[in-house]
Amino acid sequence: MSTPTQETPLTLKALTHKPVHLTGGHRMCSGCGAPTIVRQVLMAIDEPVVIANATGCLEVSTCLFPYTAWQVPWMHSAFENAAATASGIETMYRSLRKQGKLKKEMKFIAFGGDGGTYDIGFQALSGAMERGHQLLYICYDNGAYMNTGIQRSSATPFGADTTTQPVGSKIQGKTQRRKDLTRIMAAHNVAYAAQASPHNWKDLMTKVRKALATNGPAYMGVVSPCNRGWRSQTNDSILLSRLAVDTCYWPLYEVQDGKWTINYDPKDRKKPITEWLKPQGRFKHLFAPGNEALLARFQELVDQDWESLRKLQEMSKS
Amino acid sequence: MKQMNWKELPHAGTVLKAGNANEYKTGSWRSLKPRWIEENCIQCLFCWVYCPDSAVSVKDEKMTGFDYDHCKGCGVCAMECPGKKGNKAIVMEEEGK
Repeated sequence: MSTPTQETPLTLKALTHKPVHLTGGHRMCSGCGAPTIVRQVLMAIDEPVVIANATGCLEVSTCLFPYTAWQVPWMHSAFENAAATASGIETMYRSLRKQGKLKKEMKFIAFGGDGGTYDIGFQALSGAMERGHQLLYICYDNGAYMNTGIQRSSATPFGADTTTQPVGSKIQGKTQRRKDLTRIMAAHNVAYAAQASPHNWKDLMTKVRKALATNGPAYMGVVSPCNRGWRSQTNDSILLSRLAVDTCYWPLYEVQDGKWTINYDPKDRKKPITEWLKPQGRFKHLFAPGNEALLARFQELVDQDWESLRKLQEMSKS
Repeated sequence: MKQMNWKELPHAGTVLKAGNANEYKTGSWRSLKPRWIEENCIQCLFCWVYCPDSAVSVKDEKMTGFDYDHCKGCGVCAMECPGKKGNKAIVMEEEGK
C-alpha cells in the first residue's frame, strides 16, 4: 500500500492495481447503486481505513452470517449510531496514538443509508459532526427505507410513491418536500461537506480524498439509485444517477471553509426534471392526466434549490 | 458452502475470514448474461468501475472478461459500455441460450 504522499493517481488504469475491499458475493440486489459507491470510495483511499455501518441494505446484505464482503475493519452496532460508533473508534485511535501504541496513519468512515442518516441516525450524526471527530460520514441516499420495503423517509422526494404514503384517490405520493441534509451538515460548519454521484467516479473519489485530508469532520451525500424502490430497471443505476445530476435534482457541489462550489453546472444543458422522473415507476402517477400541477411543482422545487445553491456559490466567492 | 451446525460455528458468531462472501456464488441469480465482444472494446474500464458486484475481471490494466460466479446480470456494464463506432462491447443475452 502506498503512502499518502505517493497516492494512486485517479485514473481507472492506475486504480485497477488496487485491491477491491468489497468482494463480490454480497447479497445487495442486482443493479443496486450502493455497492458501486462503496467500491469507488474504498478505491479512492490509500491509507488503512476503518468502517462503521448503520443498519440498512448495505449492512444487512454485506454481512450475512457466516459471510462478510468487507476486507477492511468494519463495525455495525445499531441503526441510529453509525456516527457515534465511528466517533468512538476514532477517539480510541487518537488515544492509542497519544500513548504511542499505534503509529499508523488511519482513516475513519461511516456509511449509512438515508433512513439511518436523515432520520434515525440524525442526532448521532449531528453530535459527531459538532464534536469535530476526524471522520467522514457518507450517506448513500436512495430516498426511502428500501431494506424494509420502501417506506418513506425524510429523504424521499416530493410526489414519490412509497408503501407508507401510497398513491390513492386522495393522496398522490409524498406530499412534503425532502430534507436537504447536505446543507444541514454544511450549517454544522463541518470541515467538508459535499454531494457526489457514482456516475462521476472521478468527482466522487476526489471528494473522498479531500474529505479525508481535511482536519475535522466531513459529510458526503451520494445519490444511490435503487431499482426496487424507484421502480426502474436493473441496468439503469448509473444512468439515473447521471440524470439526477443533469436535471439538477442532485447537484454536485462542495462546501469547504464557508466556500460553496458547484462542481458541475450543466448550464444550458440542464435537463427538465421529467427526464429523471419518467423512467421511475414511483413517479408514474405524476404523468397521469390531472397531475400536471404536481409535475410543475416538482420542477419548481428543483429550480428553487438550484437557484439558491448558485446564489450561495456567488455569495461565498472571495 | 455447507451449513454449519452450532458445534462447528465460531464462538460468538464471529466471521473469521475477511471477504469470505467471495465464496458465496451469486451468479445463480442471473437471468441475463453479459457477453464481452473483444473487438469492440476500447478498454475504457467503465464496466469495471461501475460493476456493483466486483464481477468484471481486470488484468494488467485491461478488462479480460466476467466473473460469472458473482455477476448478477444487472446489465449496468452493457448500459454504460460506449463500445466502438456505435457497436457495444458488452451485450446482454438470455441465460441458458
